[in-house]
Amino acid sequence: MRPRTAGAVALIALLLWLVAYPLVLTLVEGLRADGAWTLEHVRAFLARPTELRALWGSLWISVASVVLAAAIGVPLALLFARYDFPGRRLFGTVVALPAVLPPLVGVIAFLFLYGESGFLAHLVRHIFALEEAPWRFQGAGAILLVHAYSMYVYFYLFTRAGLASLDASVYEAAASLGAGRWRTFRHVVLPLLRPHLAGAAMLTFMTSLASFSAPYIFGGGFRVMTTQIVATRLNGDDGLAMVETVSLTIVALVGLWLLRRTDAEDVVGGSKGAAPRPAPVASGVLRVALTSLSVILAIVLLLPHFTLLLVSFVPLGTWTTEALPPAYSTVNYLTLIHDPVRARPLGNSLWMASAATAAALLVALAAGVLTVRRRAAGARFIELLIALPWAVPGTVFAIAVAAAFSVDSPATLRLVLVGTIWILPLAYLIRNLPITGRAILAGFRRLDPSLDEAAAMLGAGRWRTLRRITLPLLRPALLAGGTLAFVTAFGDFVTSIMLYTYDTRPVSMEILSSLRQSDVGVAAAYGVVLMLVSAFVFALGADRGSAG
Amino acid sequence: MPADPRYLVLERLSRRFGEVVAVDDVSLGLEAGEILALLGPSGSGKTTILRLLAGFETPDAGRVLVAGEDVTRLAPVSRHFGMVFQHYALFPHLDVARNVGFGLEGRGLSDADIRQRIHESLALVDLSGYDTRRIGQLSGGQQQRVALARALAPEPRVLLLDEPLSNLDPALRERTRREIRDLIHRVGTTTVFVTHEQDEAFDLGDRVAVLRAGRLEQCGTPEELYEAPANAFVAGFVGRSSAVPVDIIGASGASVRIRIAGVEWEIPNRPGERPEPGPAMLHARPEALWLREPGPDAVPGRLTGRRFTGGGAVFQVTFADGHTLEVSAPPGAAKPGDQVGVVPSRRAGGGLHLFPADAQ
Repeated sequence: MRPRTAGAVALIALLLWLVAYPLVLTLVEGLRADGAWTLEHVRAFLARPTELRALWGSLWISVASVVLAAAIGVPLALLFARYDFPGRRLFGTVVALPAVLPPLVGVIAFLFLYGESGFLAHLVRHIFALEEAPWRFQGAGAILLVHAYSMYVYFYLFTRAGLASLDASVYEAAASLGAGRWRTFRHVVLPLLRPHLAGAAMLTFMTSLASFSAPYIFGGGFRVMTTQIVATRLNGDDGLAMVETVSLTIVALVGLWLLRRTDAEDVVGGSKGAAPRPAPVASGVLRVALTSLSVILAIVLLLPHFTLLLVSFVPLGTWTTEALPPAYSTVNYLTLIHDPVRARPLGNSLWMASAATAAALLVALAAGVLTVRRRAAGARFIELLIALPWAVPGTVFAIAVAAAFSVDSPATLRLVLVGTIWILPLAYLIRNLPITGRAILAGFRRLDPSLDEAAAMLGAGRWRTLRRITLPLLRPALLAGGTLAFVTAFGDFVTSIMLYTYDTRPVSMEILSSLRQSDVGVAAAYGVVLMLVSAFVFALGADRGSAG
Repeated sequence: MPADPRYLVLERLSRRFGEVVAVDDVSLGLEAGEILALLGPSGSGKTTILRLLAGFETPDAGRVLVAGEDVTRLAPVSRHFGMVFQHYALFPHLDVARNVGFGLEGRGLSDADIRQRIHESLALVDLSGYDTRRIGQLSGGQQQRVALARALAPEPRVLLLDEPLSNLDPALRERTRREIRDLIHRVGTTTVFVTHEQDEAFDLGDRVAVLRAGRLEQCGTPEELYEAPANAFVAGFVGRSSAVPVDIIGASGASVRIRIAGVEWEIPNRPGERPEPGPAMLHARPEALWLREPGPDAVPGRLTGRRFTGGGAVFQVTFADGHTLEVSAPPGAAKPGDQVGVVPSRRAGGGLHLFPADAQ
């Protein structure tokens, strides 16, 4: 009994220090100035219309992103789950591709594609012989477009999963009761899908509330709270930045709470049968139309990837007014390889993401052993702490970590880590906890506890049981959580921009500085590298995970 | 206190979970090589006793002794017990040989020895040549045998079986019961197993411990339980029986006079007992009663049901006061609605039991 309690206490202490303490310090520092308690920063926050506008901007952009992503993802899911036509499989493989673009890479791909000096603008200018760029890709519209592109996937996948869990007999029962297609959908399918839709809405809302790359690159004069926080912080107004951080956290938690409430009213879809097979489309015209639609969709979805690839082969300064780049070479990639200064970020990102992922997996494993296996006291608290970083936007955590670990005060458990090589891996670790935690706790729950007991009866100690039984059986969960965590950390931008130093600059910061120097080719080449590593790691996870 | 000579001793074990007393002062003992069945309805504490023996639970009071050694506080790892789990708990990522060999690792055995023992264990359960099969490729019966081989391979001091047959087809169960019993007797391992099925307990167990609500009701051979149940619960739970209220008129040596629905019967008395006159409950096995034409010694009733059992039939006879007894007779002896009489059979000794009227 005693080691179990000691383990739980140690883990809770570690999580409190990593996850809760920085957030509490942020709250405290928002309420302090010159060593005294004050509402000065809060008053400053409320007095500035820009602050409330930014908060409102975050909120409505997030709600609009949910609506847009649902409007695209749900009909597509219904279409591709229920109807069979040529091209269905093509779309099925292409649909997840927005996910292999880390946020910043997706954003620069959009910049190269739809931006005012992007691929599309070049083409239009050339065709219509325009002097100026035909449009400016900026503001709320641009942000929403990026969000819709990258987040409809949540609705698509969740709806597909929901439809797959609906037994064919549900439709048959509705039909036998005389319900037409629309009535069946409205009164049977949709209510049964609600938990899945709520899950997708929650994910989309939280992701867009935390979204930083798109507003940062495309926002122009339009501010959301994440970019506002970074701007305030760069201005050196730390107290105000803390209040902004707290305000965004509150919006996130309220949103989460509201969505959880709809989710909590469980719909029992108790059916074990198989989902109906997609029905072949009989009408020839309709079939052609649907096939064309899926081809167009595939092209639209892949355009950012292609653009990125194309731009990465364009040498610096060769593409001016032509419709298509006139010259191609591998010079940008060679720069990455041969220039040690420019190659460094790749190595940095690799080791920092690997270390953070490994540490997050270890914490998740410890949590799994303590909460699921040994049902230690405080199990629910451990799970809450592990999930907390998910509920709080990345910018908030970056600020909180920056605040907590920039003071040398061992007595209050604060160290100076900002400016050292440890701060980014630590921040990535915290952000990875919900990802690895969710995967591994679910993995532990799927394991039959009597397997552990069987190993014990056969004389295997705790360590041998972990090594020989638990870990091999957890492999799918470890791979799933590990790959997702690695990819997230590897492409991270939002935490890095607040905490990086020159020596630990990650790939995302190198992309940004290349962009600033108008060296788009190198930025694109780095984007391609990020994209390929993400795709590779995902493929590895999917492959090994399913084999295990 | 002199040392208990028996090999495995459960000494006044108690375990409570919050308000619930799962195991209440249970004492049992097994001779070396003996098979004991823990029989009881769900919630009777039989599984908790097994888990106390395995070491997954620690008793609040009492001790577990193996060959005189107190193992009560010993971790499961150190007990050298073997266990077959209800759902087998085979390691799905290891093949059959690695499952069986798992308990042989880390004991200083050479690889050749381990291979030899795996080979022997698989031969024992008739699965020679299955070494490299994956668990998912095996049928339920084969998985059960692999689980048994895995538990026996390290030559455990005590073998524990948790509802070992509940996941098998009914047809397979009966055959497997006898196979397991023969196997265990051949190997000679002292065994405790849990079941809620009387057939299983009787077929597999040398002795059977009947449990209810955490308490040990009776422990004995199947014959003892059947012919001399210690109380009404055991009489009802072990084998079929029906009960009606009677009045005890008086006992005289080998027999007792009772009045049942106005008719007087003389039934055999249990040796050494002297029932007090007064109200009591008569528990009767169907085969301890006979069906007759209505007559002076027979309790009159109406036949209200019949259940065909193959060789014979069990008839339900409802008396004028509404109580019902079950009587076995040839299938064609009577038909529902007939007025019949019930008398004790001539060799009813083992099948008629009197218990106090207020007891459950």
